[in-house]
Amino acid sequence: MKGNAIELIDITKRFGEVVANHKVNMVVRKGEILSLLGENGSGKTTLMNMLSGIYFPDEGQILLDGQEIVIRSPEDAFRYGIGMIHQHFKLVDVYTAAQNIILGIPGKFMLNKKEIYKDIRELTEKYGFEIDLDKKIYEMSVSEKQTVEIVKMLYRGANILILDEPTAVLTPQETDRLFGVLRNMKKDGKAVIIITHKLQEVLELSDRVAVLRKGEYIGTVETKDATELSLTEMMVGKKVSLNIGRTEPVNRKKLINIEHLTCLNKEGVKALDDVSFEIYGGEILGIAGIAGAGQKELLESIAGLQKSEEGSSILYKAIDNNDEIQLVGRSVNDIKNLGISLAFVPEDRLGMGLVGNMGMIGNMMLRSYNEGKSFFTEKKAPAELAERIKNRLDVATPSINTPVRKLSGGNVQKVLVGREIALAPRVLMTAYAVRGLDINTSYTIYNILSEEKEKGVAVVYVGEDLDVLIELCDRILVLCGGRVSGIVDARTTTKEEVGMLMTKLKGEEE
Amino acid sequence: MDAIISLFNAAVVFGTVIMFGAIGEIIAEKSGSLNLGVPGIMYLGGIAGLVGAFFYESSVDEPNRLVCVIIAVLCCFAVSFLGGLIFSFLTITLRANQNVTGLTLTIFGSGVANFFGGSLNKLAGGVGQISVSATSSAFRHGIPGLKSIGGGIGQMFFSYGFLVYIAIASAVLLSIYLKRTRQGLALGAVGENPGAADAAGINVTKYKYLATCFGAAISGFGGLFYVMDYTKGTWANDGTIEALGWLAVALVIFATWKPYNTIWGSYLFGILYWAFFYISGLTRSSQELFKMLPYIVTIIVLVAVSMRKKKENQPPEALGLSYFREER
Repeated sequence: MKGNAIELIDITKRFGEVVANHKVNMVVRKGEILSLLGENGSGKTTLMNMLSGIYFPDEGQILLDGQEIVIRSPEDAFRYGIGMIHQHFKLVDVYTAAQNIILGIPGKFMLNKKEIYKDIRELTEKYGFEIDLDKKIYEMSVSEKQTVEIVKMLYRGANILILDEPTAVLTPQETDRLFGVLRNMKKDGKAVIIITHKLQEVLELSDRVAVLRKGEYIGTVETKDATELSLTEMMVGKKVSLNIGRTEPVNRKKLINIEHLTCLNKEGVKALDDVSFEIYGGEILGIAGIAGAGQKELLESIAGLQKSEEGSSILYKAIDNNDEIQLVGRSVNDIKNLGISLAFVPEDRLGMGLVGNMGMIGNMMLRSYNEGKSFFTEKKAPAELAERIKNRLDVATPSINTPVRKLSGGNVQKVLVGREIALAPRVLMTAYAVRGLDINTSYTIYNILSEEKEKGVAVVYVGEDLDVLIELCDRILVLCGGRVSGIVDARTTTKEEVGMLMTKLKGEEE
Repeated sequence: MDAIISLFNAAVVFGTVIMFGAIGEIIAEKSGSLNLGVPGIMYLGGIAGLVGAFFYESSVDEPNRLVCVIIAVLCCFAVSFLGGLIFSFLTITLRANQNVTGLTLTIFGSGVANFFGGSLNKLAGGVGQISVSATSSAFRHGIPGLKSIGGGIGQMFFSYGFLVYIAIASAVLLSIYLKRTRQGLALGAVGENPGAADAAGINVTKYKYLATCFGAAISGFGGLFYVMDYTKGTWANDGTIEALGWLAVALVIFATWKPYNTIWGSYLFGILYWAFFYISGLTRSSQELFKMLPYIVTIIVLVAVSMRKKKENQPPEALGLSYFREER
């Protein structure tokens, strides 16, 4: 089982002026899991796309089992046994799992359902997948879709499997299951390359780690010799400290008082059930919970995007006087004008909040186009703002006029988060602000949130990573099935305590 | 009874014109090509068949009916295929906007067809003079033996030209092709999500080209059938083919992109279209109101389908979009 599966020699890829990869050399061995690390926009995805036949390298060689190969299309990649699972799944929504798995594979003209199902079942049993072959893709959860993608690649006889940020939107349990499957493949002698930003996962899962920085290959290290700090330094290229400067809250001032908040989701089920708590200025309130426990509805209720049921009350203390303003029933614009801002990073970053075909300036103007008295829009201030965000968050873009859909995923997100913070709101709510961001940028965002807090802003932070929640926040509110299962002091609580609260309500013995 | 049979006959003949148009358009749309040039392509197919038949009939004394049919069919196929090729080259290779290209193709097709139609009439001796009687009668020949079954059965089901049965057969075959073959699965994937199809190793450009061109060729038979059967081998510059072409596009939506539905859908359109003729006491203006029925039904179906939000009944997701691979 020893030997090199794939060797990359001096691979270079340019997009117009931008050099995405410069003379990259890398080796992937058979029967190993290799992590590919790098900051946002460091060229990881581009490099892997050259293996999967989406892009064609401008210079350099690719060796498979020591033989030089040319990959011109995804078809070629399959022929050489290379399969890639993209961050955005390449699946046909109206087809079933089985139809997607066999799509594009040459074979008999007519489809024989029985035979095909038997073949797929053999494969899924071997590696331990759970999959419903008759289920349509659009009815599936993210994790199920991912399973279909992996089976699809294996069914094509992939020996080298590339996964682009596979865990970004998975729950911890789903991640564990995925890792189990990947280990089975490794035992089977397959090579697995995984792109991820979660360093703990890198350390837990992989055998070796390869690092890219700004399109250049930095080196490969054995995972057992690496630590989170050493890997980050390789990625960033300088000494970094992974500390969040948390200060004691000063001048805590009650800004929002929520009582008996209840709301229904689209199916008419209670997404929030009698939620009551307070939000203070000068403090970061973390919100924890497993996916879909009501985090989204909670933030949207405050922002006026979600209708709440009778009896709900959200009282907000006005800035100039001490009047209490009822937010329930107010329009989104009213609430925004009161200084309450919501930055929600959805699974699909471009879906909510940014317009892909517009540049950074245009996207800044989405927030400010109706300000001012002139008939014509004001372009100077948004341009300055875009420039500021670009510098502060280090957004990798050729120009602030480049359409944002051309930026890499992480950079798109920096634009979105940066814009919301720049509004200088009194209440800043963020959801999954660091989803898919590399560790260095994540810490930049944490520190920006901390600065806002010191200015007296009330920060509400919905996060997925418990370690970060405990390190960053002052208080943590835990949601479980739409109800508050507890509010804990982040300085004294433990991961275990929060984890327990996430799965069951206080007082309920199970 | 006679009125019902006669309405049914009119509906089937009418329906077959748009069924061909719709089946061809379904193939194209399954690959993501929204070919609004269907009316133009039906024009092209019709005039090509007519030109071919006219020159054959006028060059021999005793036209052989089989040769008449073969020449008309081949001319129609080749020219409509070419129409599809124009659309494919502009929208797939040059990535021109599909709506604009399609509409332009419709104008182009009707212009070309009416130009040649007018010229043919002139050659034949004046307006309305052209007639390819041998070819037309070969096209309109019912099924021997069966068509004389009594009790209206023969008249109702077996009295039509062979293209009527070919239209039904192509709807059935297309449905099987789309549902049960590897190629059909791949074709559907190209129209739904070309990125996914590409990543699965399917040649997106090839599928789009072939589907659009063969789709156009089949649509063209709608025009041929109209000329040979509906108007019995004559030509008039009256724009009816274009009106029927738009109905074919509407029928695709009505059928929710499922070939089987075009069979009964097209006959239903035919009945609705001709209903005014069989209802007594209508004035000229209220007749026109009745002729709107197929369009109104299409709108109702469109609203009903989009309200039910069933994914399987929606248009292919990438319909009308060009596909670029090297784009993020």
